[in-house]
Amino acid sequence: MTTIFDVPIQAFLGQLLIGLINGSFYAMLSLGLAIIFGMLKIINFAHGAQYMIGAFAGYLLLATFGIGYWPALLLAPIIVGLCSAAIERLALSRLYNLDHLYSLLFTFGLALALEGAFRYYYGSSGQPYAVPKELAGGYNLGFMFLPKYRAWVVLASLAICISSWLLIEKTKLGAYLRAATENPTLVRTFGINVPLLLTFTYGMGAALAGLAGILAAPIYQVSPLMGSNLIIVVFAVVVVGGMGSILGAIITGYLLGILEGLTKVFYPEASNIVIFVIMAIVLLVRPAGLMGRDA
Amino acid sequence: MTESAPLLSVRDLNAWYGESHALHGIDLDVHQGETVTLLGRNGVGKTTALRSIVGIIRKRSGSIRFDGKDMLRVPLHRTARHGIGYVPEERGIFATLTVEENLTLPPVIAKGGMTLAEIYQLFPNLEERRKSPGTKLSGGEQQMLAMARILRTGAKLLLLDEPTEGLAPVIIQRIGEVLLTLKQRGMTILLVEQNFRFASKVADRFYVVDHGKVIDTFAVEELPGRMAMLNEALGV
Repeated sequence: MTTIFDVPIQAFLGQLLIGLINGSFYAMLSLGLAIIFGMLKIINFAHGAQYMIGAFAGYLLLATFGIGYWPALLLAPIIVGLCSAAIERLALSRLYNLDHLYSLLFTFGLALALEGAFRYYYGSSGQPYAVPKELAGGYNLGFMFLPKYRAWVVLASLAICISSWLLIEKTKLGAYLRAATENPTLVRTFGINVPLLLTFTYGMGAALAGLAGILAAPIYQVSPLMGSNLIIVVFAVVVVGGMGSILGAIITGYLLGILEGLTKVFYPEASNIVIFVIMAIVLLVRPAGLMGRDA
Repeated sequence: MTESAPLLSVRDLNAWYGESHALHGIDLDVHQGETVTLLGRNGVGKTTALRSIVGIIRKRSGSIRFDGKDMLRVPLHRTARHGIGYVPEERGIFATLTVEENLTLPPVIAKGGMTLAEIYQLFPNLEERRKSPGTKLSGGEQQMLAMARILRTGAKLLLLDEPTEGLAPVIIQRIGEVLLTLKQRGMTILLVEQNFRFASKVADRFYVVDHGKVIDTFAVEELPGRMAMLNEALGV
């Protein structure tokens, strides 16, 4: 049998793929967190709940209205984005003048309340959500079986990350966002409605979480706690990548996902903590993160 | 001096930073096409006056009329649409934007602004470096960029806060030339300046500010007779 570092190549490539898929979700979620943090200076603890609601929106659209996966892929992020934009307008925007701790506590409380409500109505066990029939089945790559849906998730996540990055780095809207991140007051003197831009940004960041949620629904089950299990890892990813660094969040998301997968091959006991060990080392050696700007 | 109503008319402007009362009733007028300079020592309220007129400082009272409209209730992000362009003392060049992104950031609010081609003709350095990050420019180039940014928008009034601060004499001379070019194009300018020699070359009229109030005003022709008083008031 072919081996690599004394490990069967099948196991190696299998974990590499699982790592890449987990990394796809880390990247999408940390991207949204980084966008929100960069612009609003808010640590959005509700991000995991917004991801969970994206998945539930898909599940409920199907169960209640018979709306399938593909329309849900568009509708779920819109629903999550609009609700979150409303929350920003009504509540979060009132906290900007206070210490950042207040908005952190607010989003933390929001996450607990949302997860609690969904647990009350749907219980803690997961609801199944079927893979869309166009993406059922898989490819036999010879060394392993690759489900089509997982290949789709990796590609979709890459496309989402790249287009978000392009939107922020290469467009006029992105220039407004970057400028308002640096000096919101001056951008307002130019005639740009920065408070509206903040609402839009929070909605966008949350919509990205919702999109990750609906993408995750067929892989993991739709459960009220799916977000809180993931969000701590995603926070570690954002810290390693550099708070507020868009590219840092994306690249670190994929890399740490893959690293976590490979740790399962070589030293399974450490796979649950490897990301946090890296986070601790990065905080000690380079507190601004791998791609963060020094404050 | 024109006899028509002033473009900008400020009466009894008071402003506060939190509890600290910074402006104690500023009165000033700027007419269409005029360049007016606020002179005064550090910390007397010149910058605060500009920031209050733009609307960055919200805790203010009195009256600010621009082009016949009451600006006191206009939200900050609407001030620009009325035709007021502001270049802050710290210049406010964005590090994460290229020179050209910085330049084209403020939306065009009215016809009559300069085109990108005209701006590059006036500031050739900016064209050469248009793909570099904004803050990689020298201090002088950053000041040019901060001014050029507003010239594109078609603003009727340019509020300029200490454009010569910290710059070399040859750059200051260049900025003076640019301001004279703008004057020829009919731009109205309200300038805050410590560099009295520079201001005397570009301004039509002066206000002397002390302790948050205007204590004197005179035209550039009256300047020679005022030198003694100014040396006293400005401590130069």
